[in-house]
Amino acid sequence: MNRFSLHETPLQPELLRKELQNPACGGYAAFEGWVRDYNDGRTVLRLEYEGFAPLAVREGERILVEARQRFGVERARCAHRVGPLAVGELAVWVGVSAAHRGEAFDACRYIIDEVKHRVPIWKKEYYQDGDSGWVNCERCAGAAAQAHESDPHHDHVHGAG
Amino acid sequence: MSAPQLYGLVLTGGRSRRMQRDKAGLEYGGRSQLARAMELLTPLVTRCFVSVRADQLHDPQRAAYDTIADVKPNLGPISGIHAALHAYPDHAWLILACDLPFLDRATLQYLIAHRASTRIATAYRSSFDAQPEPLCAIFEPRSLQVIEQSLAQGQQCPRALLSRTEVELLDLPNPRALDNINTGEEYAAALATLGAASTASAGALRRLRVRYFAVLREQAGRSTEELETQATTPRELYEELRRRRGLTLAPEFLRVAVNDEFGDWRSPLADGDTVVFLPPVAGG
Repeated sequence: MNRFSLHETPLQPELLRKELQNPACGGYAAFEGWVRDYNDGRTVLRLEYEGFAPLAVREGERILVEARQRFGVERARCAHRVGPLAVGELAVWVGVSAAHRGEAFDACRYIIDEVKHRVPIWKKEYYQDGDSGWVNCERCAGAAAQAHESDPHHDHVHGAG
Repeated sequence: MSAPQLYGLVLTGGRSRRMQRDKAGLEYGGRSQLARAMELLTPLVTRCFVSVRADQLHDPQRAAYDTIADVKPNLGPISGIHAALHAYPDHAWLILACDLPFLDRATLQYLIAHRASTRIATAYRSSFDAQPEPLCAIFEPRSLQVIEQSLAQGQQCPRALLSRTEVELLDLPNPRALDNINTGEEYAAALATLGAASTASAGALRRLRVRYFAVLREQAGRSTEELETQATTPRELYEELRRRRGLTLAPEFLRVAVNDEFGDWRSPLADGDTVVFLPPVAGG
């Protein structure tokens, strides 16, 4: 099983966890990404996630398939929130069940890292000073293009989660 | 109430100081600009005329067509527009400059299809500065009054006139269609581009759907749009939309998706495709 889904309502980890239960599995690992109240030195009041649903699900499920093949885990599940979120809310949930704990931990880590970099989901932060901004996008204007070309990590800087 | 019938007018009256020759006679693909403009416009309007100065009435190139001579001479293109509305005040006029080598029939058809006859005029928004383009535009009968008022105040620039009045402004389906020719170098460049374009079968319009997300949705002011375009690849399409919608993100930072799957910036687009430009992601 490898299912990726987007949700406009709060995630329910206890239900997600049940989807992973399997008599052949002796280990289960999960990761939860929560909305943090600061990023890049600024106080964050709330967030908004936006996803490009068909491609987000497709790319998310490709990542889960990769994790199963690469680490030999039994089941992998990822659920991501979209829409407005408050500080402390659960933004993303990843769970994996496997025969042993080692591959469960490794696969879980692989999934969350890949999801952050590859799945078309965007995050807008609303700051205490009244400003707001799309994370990773604010420095991507044409004029700044030159400076960013020499920085291979420009899209690998992340806030919450 | 039905909209006033549409007549066409090709402007050739200019003196073309920078070109130092008669622009109407410049040839592309063996046909003069004037002949080409008349061929494009004539089938789309009830009657089609060539605008001339009084001293050009007997010029053989122009005399082959129905002509309308300037009533108020030497005011630039507004002379021709005014003369046409003055001669047939019950008709709307599609005004067309003859020095638009990239103009295609689809651009004229789109203008006519989107004509708003309750406004003073229907015009395209310039790809360069977003101002109205008066020399490929439809002037409704009541624009005569606006033009006469404007001339009485010493204002002769048709662009300025349109920017001050109630105009239906359209985005160009092909952003290069109204690029014009004023110098010998521009003429040479146009010949080269047209030569290359005819081999690449440009001119065919694709009907595409674009969806916008996140920062691009906010900049474009919409989540989706359907458009007809000559763009052949996502790269060309993004350049077109970047200008038209004022998008600030450089393409180096974006990925592209075609029909809900990651795509390539250089792959050809097909009619009916849905294209999404993906800003840097930030899930998790």
